[in-house]
Amino acid sequence: MRKLALYVLLVALAVFTTFPFLWTLLISLRTRGPIFSFPPDLRLTGVSAANYIGVWETLPLPRYVLNSLYITVVGVGLTLIICSLAAYPLARMQFRGKNVVFYAILATLMLPEHIGLIVNFVTMTRLRLVDTYASVYLPSIASIFGIFLLRQAYLSIPQELEDAARMDGAGDLLIWWRVMLPLIAPALATLAIFQFVAFWNSFLWPIIILKTPDKYPLAAGLLYLRGLFAHNTRFIAAGTIIATLPIVVVFLFTQRYFMRGITAGAIR
Amino acid sequence: MKRRTTLIAYLFLLPALSLLAVFTFYPVLFGTVLSLFEYDIINPPRYVGLGQFQKLLGDRYFWIALTNSAKYVLVVPVIQLCSILLAVLVNRRLRAIGLFRAAYYIPVITSWPVVGIMWTWMYDQQGVVNWVLRSLAVIDRPISWLSHPTLTLYAVMFVTLWKGLGWYMVIYLAGLQSIPTEYEEAAMIDGASRARVFWHITVPLLRPYVLLASLVSTMAAVKVFEEIYVMTRGGPFFSTYTMFMYIFDEAFQELNMGYAAALAMVLAAVILVFSVINFRFFRRGGLEYY
Repeated sequence: MRKLALYVLLVALAVFTTFPFLWTLLISLRTRGPIFSFPPDLRLTGVSAANYIGVWETLPLPRYVLNSLYITVVGVGLTLIICSLAAYPLARMQFRGKNVVFYAILATLMLPEHIGLIVNFVTMTRLRLVDTYASVYLPSIASIFGIFLLRQAYLSIPQELEDAARMDGAGDLLIWWRVMLPLIAPALATLAIFQFVAFWNSFLWPIIILKTPDKYPLAAGLLYLRGLFAHNTRFIAAGTIIATLPIVVVFLFTQRYFMRGITAGAIR
Repeated sequence: MKRRTTLIAYLFLLPALSLLAVFTFYPVLFGTVLSLFEYDIINPPRYVGLGQFQKLLGDRYFWIALTNSAKYVLVVPVIQLCSILLAVLVNRRLRAIGLFRAAYYIPVITSWPVVGIMWTWMYDQQGVVNWVLRSLAVIDRPISWLSHPTLTLYAVMFVTLWKGLGWYMVIYLAGLQSIPTEYEEAAMIDGASRARVFWHITVPLLRPYVLLASLVSTMAAVKVFEEIYVMTRGGPFFSTYTMFMYIFDEAFQELNMGYAAALAMVLAAVILVFSVINFRFFRRGGLEYY
């Protein structure tokens, strides 16, 4: 009996957190009838994919999806390279100035990022990078979270493995590439997933730095379309679902990495 | 040999450090300098000393934005309490509990534009929020939640709560799993009620996690921007106009880079003050955890 009450509570909360998605899905699947009604019409009648075809063919949604894919793939790839390089000496080398570098990187967590928004815009203007894809991902590929996450992973590798490789005559770069990187693959996966979500969802920096709406990633583009076609609720609903689906699918398949990443990132 | 290692180490660090230098460290320095200038990107900067800060004191919109940003901190204790309770709820071995945790986490990974679009419909006159509240007889006529002079700020806060809950749940779940169950069991055996165990044993043991989560949450609340931008843009009548909204408008709509930098400095100071308050508040009580 108590167990039943518990499940009722759990289900009620799940409805609370997922209802907006389900409702949007329902709006996107219908082509007729009132969008808002009192009480809301939750029946599954007259369901069709027409809005999805419509939004895909008449609005620049494919373009936004391609922009997002490009920015995300390049951004995640560069993050992995830069962070896995930077974290390696911090974890496994003794060198002059190591502590200074380490605490300098740590201190950036305290720096107010909203100042970065203003100054980076000025910097990008000077570098003549405004309105380029590079300007979107450049400021966030040296991820502090990533450096710390990977540093932890490198630290857990036993010294013997490194010594053995050195004995065989391998140099630093080779050891990093052939011995270390394969061993931190799970942490790399965690970082890749986090950055994927961050780049896919980013909209604030893109709308600041991109002047041509045709270059917007999906989240920014969706907001822009909502401004232009507010009356076409069903198309916007379909676009909303298209923007959300990849993230939810990735999340459901990689939940384990997610939970690990949050706790590793937040509690050090 | 030592020198060679140092060289190699810095070669590994070079890409990350140069990016951080340009896009993270330099902005703080240049931002501070910028707040002493008038600069619109097109014309050369003009030194005005503390002029921007003087201007700010007499600026009506600055005070409105500051008040709203400070008000937004009200959402912090609510989020923390709800997410601790949620974490306690899902911290048990049950069939399909993973599925429920996933359901609570989905808002966290959703982009703000999507959240904004969905909740604009939820809050519509004919939307679900009004329907539910009317069915429960809480209100007798629909309210336009996103264009109400006093309620809109709280309506937006509710969305912050909805989206943030899952993230804090995971933090507290990690906290709960690090607490040995003996304490709670011992108290239960001594006849303490569930509520007493929660307030007097679980919450104090979670203290370091509460500190961390409320720090993060307070900082996010003071510089709230995304939820405002996608739902109200500061309206109606500036009732949801926050510091970050003002900075955004000054910097990227008006191109008043110097004034925006001065506002950003003030915001950074406010964040610092709230963080210190947080530390003080949770350090009391003497549990030496950190």
